[in-house]
Amino acid sequence: MEGPLLSDIAYNRFIAEERLTGARCRNCGARWIPPRPICVACYSSNLEWIDVNGKGKLAAFTCIHIPPPSMAAQGYDRKNPYCVGVVELDDGGRVDARIEGVDPTNPESITIGMPMKVKFLHRTVNGKAESYLAFEPA
Amino acid sequence: MKKRPKLARGVAVVGAGMSTFGMFKEKDSKDLFAEAFRELRASVDRGVDPREIEALYLGNFSNDFFAHQAHWAPLIADLTGLVPKPATRTEGACASSALAFREGVIAIASGLYDVVLVGGVEEMSKRSTEEVAEGLALANTPYAGRVGFTFPGVFGAVATAYFARYGASREHLMNVTIKSHNNAPLNPKAQFPLTIRNIMTTKSESVKRKDLTAPDWPTEKAFLGDVAVNPIVAWPLHLFDCCPISDGASAMLLVAEELAGEFTDDPIYVAGIGQGSGRGLHRSLDLTSFEATRYAAKEAYSMSGLGPEDIQFCEVHDCFSIAEIVHVEDLGFFEPGEGYKAIADGATRLDGPKPVNTSGGLKCKGHPVGATGVSQLYEVWTQLKGKAGKRQIPHGDLRVGAAHNLGGTGGTCTFTILERR
Repeated sequence: MEGPLLSDIAYNRFIAEERLTGARCRNCGARWIPPRPICVACYSSNLEWIDVNGKGKLAAFTCIHIPPPSMAAQGYDRKNPYCVGVVELDDGGRVDARIEGVDPTNPESITIGMPMKVKFLHRTVNGKAESYLAFEPA
Repeated sequence: MKKRPKLARGVAVVGAGMSTFGMFKEKDSKDLFAEAFRELRASVDRGVDPREIEALYLGNFSNDFFAHQAHWAPLIADLTGLVPKPATRTEGACASSALAFREGVIAIASGLYDVVLVGGVEEMSKRSTEEVAEGLALANTPYAGRVGFTFPGVFGAVATAYFARYGASREHLMNVTIKSHNNAPLNPKAQFPLTIRNIMTTKSESVKRKDLTAPDWPTEKAFLGDVAVNPIVAWPLHLFDCCPISDGASAMLLVAEELAGEFTDDPIYVAGIGQGSGRGLHRSLDLTSFEATRYAAKEAYSMSGLGPEDIQFCEVHDCFSIAEIVHVEDLGFFEPGEGYKAIADGATRLDGPKPVNTSGGLKCKGHPVGATGVSQLYEVWTQLKGKAGKRQIPHGDLRVGAAHNLGGTGGTCTFTILERR
């Protein structure tokens, strides 16, 4: 697909539209998620946007009890922790994402290798609409 | 083919100093650096006239954010009487002053200067814990930061991946914490000079004074397993897996090898320096390893002609307990997946075959981020000079030590080998 600059700004805008995207190098075929303006496999700048299959496996996670201000503004604290993780996508590559549909107060119930599927979170943070990449158990 | 890295001219360390690390309401960055600089001057056997110093390289991560003052290199040059000579700030998150050290070495090796001051400073404690967490997380990748990964969160994720892959558990993290706390009381500059046993006694007594039933922890691990005293920060990391918020400064005097004899009869030489960069968590080649550390180590080993087996002791960047386990593997001291077992067997204790973090590490010595890299080298220098007092490694012939410094979530790593010839 044609599209805007291969930037994080556009990547985040696509997440707001509930699309997980990346870039494919037209020269060597390498795929990059999130997208990159320069292919670091062959150094070509001839890349295109692709939509990415939102299925994968949980590769690493943590349940955070001391949130940064941006997460505190979404209501998280010691009593209400949240889970974030790294998801290994079935089509290759990894993404950092919020992990939903698990119990962050019982981290031992969350297991590495769990099949995951993409989910998009839409929140109002400090009066501003924000969207976040998330995954939940498939 | 890439040629073997080498310095065009040898460099020696002839003096070192550091402030006490801690949280100081009554000291600012200049006061802390003055403390380090005074000790440095006193440590030079034949003395140093500050007018001989030709340049300053200063590591500072983010006093802009923490202390609302930027542009620290000329301020410190003015403090130490170096103005109008050049002063350069280096920034590599928590590896900022290891970069200052490396730039100082390169400047002397190039022939440009003969005598260079390097160091670092950070003043963090005047901000709240939440603000410090936010400030540190600025060194995260934007992808991790956006979804809410904190620094402890990134290392917590590394820990879950490591546990799943190699079968380690929280108990193995506790071994790192207990060991660091055993070393810390032997270091008069440490922020937390207390063993876990000391802390257990203090907590018990404070509860008894309030006429409450004193908690009974049969072992140090029982104490660390009690979330009432060791709450979760970012699973599986708890409070005692994490380094504190600190203020501090560190400094070293580097000179061209051929001039070292003018300053001391006992110079310590730079045997190897290495620096690497990383891709961030989601793109790391291996979630249980830091590529930048491996690259830095390979460079430093190659430059020095030494290998992991030659490093008699090491300071590693234990910002979180899991990090120490991963680093001792990345630096080649133990095979991947074997580090936690070696630590459990006591290999890294002060009296073990490969002492790690004899200073108490970032965990107990403190972690004023911009000052940490040079403070680690201060520990290596102090041990090599035989001046480590009660924490002196009980090894008859200490000749080679090293320091590993990590910035951010592995975006910048250094490995520096010092030796006595």
